[in-house]
Amino acid sequence: MNRGRALSREDRRVWLIIGAIVLSGLLLIPLSQVLFGLRFTYTVRVVALGGSILGVLSGALGCFAVLRQESLVGDALSHAALPGVAIAFLLAGRELSPLLIGAGIASWLGLRFASALMTTTRIKRDSALGIVLASWFAAGIALLAYIQSLPDASQAGLDHFIFGQAAAIIESDVMLVSAVGLVVLLVLVFFWKEFKLVTFDSEFAGANGFRIGLINTLLSILIVVTIVLGLQLAGVILMVGMLIAPGIAARQWTHKLDQMVILAAVFGAFAGGLGAIISALDSDIPTGPMIIVVAFVLVLMSLALAPGRGLLWSRLRQNSNRRAFAARNTLRDLYRYALAHGGADSPVPDAFIRGVGDRSAELGLRKLESEKHVTLGSAGWQLSETGVKLARQNFHNQQLWSAYRLHAHELGLPIVAEDRERDIAALLPADAVARLEAKLAESADA
Amino acid sequence: MLDGAEVSPVETRDRLALSVDDLTVAYHEKPAIWDIDLDVPTGALMAIVGPNGAGKSTLIKAVLNLIPRAAGTVSFYGKPYERARSLVGYVPQRGSVDWDFPTSVLDVVTMGLYGKLGWFRRPGQAERELALHALEQVGLVDFADRQISQLSGGQQQRTFLARALVQDAQIYFMDEPFAAVDAVTENAIVNILRELNQRGKTVLVVHHDLQTVAEYFDWVTLLNVEVIASGPTAETFVLENLRKTYGGRVSYLHGGQLLAASAS
Repeated sequence: MNRGRALSREDRRVWLIIGAIVLSGLLLIPLSQVLFGLRFTYTVRVVALGGSILGVLSGALGCFAVLRQESLVGDALSHAALPGVAIAFLLAGRELSPLLIGAGIASWLGLRFASALMTTTRIKRDSALGIVLASWFAAGIALLAYIQSLPDASQAGLDHFIFGQAAAIIESDVMLVSAVGLVVLLVLVFFWKEFKLVTFDSEFAGANGFRIGLINTLLSILIVVTIVLGLQLAGVILMVGMLIAPGIAARQWTHKLDQMVILAAVFGAFAGGLGAIISALDSDIPTGPMIIVVAFVLVLMSLALAPGRGLLWSRLRQNSNRRAFAARNTLRDLYRYALAHGGADSPVPDAFIRGVGDRSAELGLRKLESEKHVTLGSAGWQLSETGVKLARQNFHNQQLWSAYRLHAHELGLPIVAEDRERDIAALLPADAVARLEAKLAESADA
Repeated sequence: MLDGAEVSPVETRDRLALSVDDLTVAYHEKPAIWDIDLDVPTGALMAIVGPNGAGKSTLIKAVLNLIPRAAGTVSFYGKPYERARSLVGYVPQRGSVDWDFPTSVLDVVTMGLYGKLGWFRRPGQAERELALHALEQVGLVDFADRQISQLSGGQQQRTFLARALVQDAQIYFMDEPFAAVDAVTENAIVNILRELNQRGKTVLVVHHDLQTVAEYFDWVTLLNVEVIASGPTAETFVLENLRKTYGGRVSYLHGGQLLAASAS
């Protein structure tokens, strides 16, 4: 069995998707120039870059919010940032870094307050987060209204923090976001093992001596920082979408955490970059909604198309399973009837087999016929040579499984999960199968 | 190493694998476990039994410092938990995690080694080998690369067991490993418990099925918020103690073998 050294089919698929998204992101630049006459001015380039970098960050960190079932925490955190922005503006003016620091502090206080509610009262988690989300946001709106009334021109654009406005982003903002974002990603890489363990099974982590409180706090800080960095672009209301949508989309394509995080980062970059560009075309389009629209399209496409988990895929697999199951049952019924009426290749009346298996018989017969296991003659359905062989094999396999269930323990056979749909010889070593055969022969003699 | 059967209850204190004194845990106002005194000798294979809500899982979590204690002290081989962590292995209830988490069986088992790796270091080839070996012991080696979402309940339980085995601990705590598992898994778990016992390890198992207590375990603790009785199974697992634990809803099977109605 392949133990994952070589790239599996799923691995290759994930890297293919990553490549395709990166490529289409890059192709978009010349394409939009040609098709829409979009000019990649300095502003558009800065905005696209900023959006992509934020997308990478929020996509990567958002995976943890999704896996910890903390999407609502993310939403509360971003809404709770608004009063911090307003207060920081009143204290320090319209410089981005103090605004973001204020946002971070307000967010963090909101989170602490919500956890205090959860631990000291009987208020449940979603209610505690909901009340913090609403009240912090309300305070923020009230403060913004107050600031609007001040006779000072510099408050212009502060309300961009509500829905986000990429056009307001300048080069120094992108530098700030890149620098802080790099630190966040480095911390994520350094504490990868710890974050993974605590996210999957924090009790076990605690019993292993990991400081789960510390690790959880660190992860929360990274998420808060990510949210705060994204506020100017996506806005406090929709930031949660930028955080979780890439992770949700990425989860559909892979079963590995590292691939999920990388894929989410790429999805995030695509959504962030494209959303920012679209909104930069017209300053009336707020950026947050544009990013979310793109991200949501990615989610929908992933849900529909992703192999394994995608809706389309699971429908196809369901159908093929149903056909295989029907074929196996029909083959068994044909074989039994034929044996009881003269021999394995004696014909079985059409009315009988349809009467036994009703609708699934139709499916089964069609599949068996297409595989040339049965033919329809004047006297009814007749098993072909391969059909008889297959029916015997299936029958024997079921017998072996039954013998395994009865005698595995007494014969000291290796433990495998019983899976009657599969060939037992593929799951057990040859000598184990041989001993089961002996056991079967023994009971046949008796 | 000590054979479990030869350990007498009057061991000196430092021979005790686990010593719990006056342990109390309260959720809100009501105590979940009350004034627990428990001594577990090295090499014991002990069942912790009691009705639903008796505080069996709470006891284990409090002993492992996973939930705050209202009172009491706990020591492992004479040392406080902080200095005995590497000696302790843990198998949580399998329902306590999200089995749709994006990871493989091998990866979950490797997590048992994260504690030994310490900060920053990543698992490598050596950890991989150890994890594969543990999977072999629980009969899941062919499932190493499977996604954990594809496992049956019994396979999930064996994955958790393998994760505890790679910890190579001295004392193991298992929370309901036998809950709703298939016969194959039950068999595998019992074999592993016996093997651990033969290697001188101490194992505490929260257990539900009273009919198998005498067969699987040489020590037993009967718990219902308080410790009702604790000691070698032959002396402790008797009708009178069971009545005190379960409140009289216990009956005898022919031949003096115990059969109990679950008190749920």
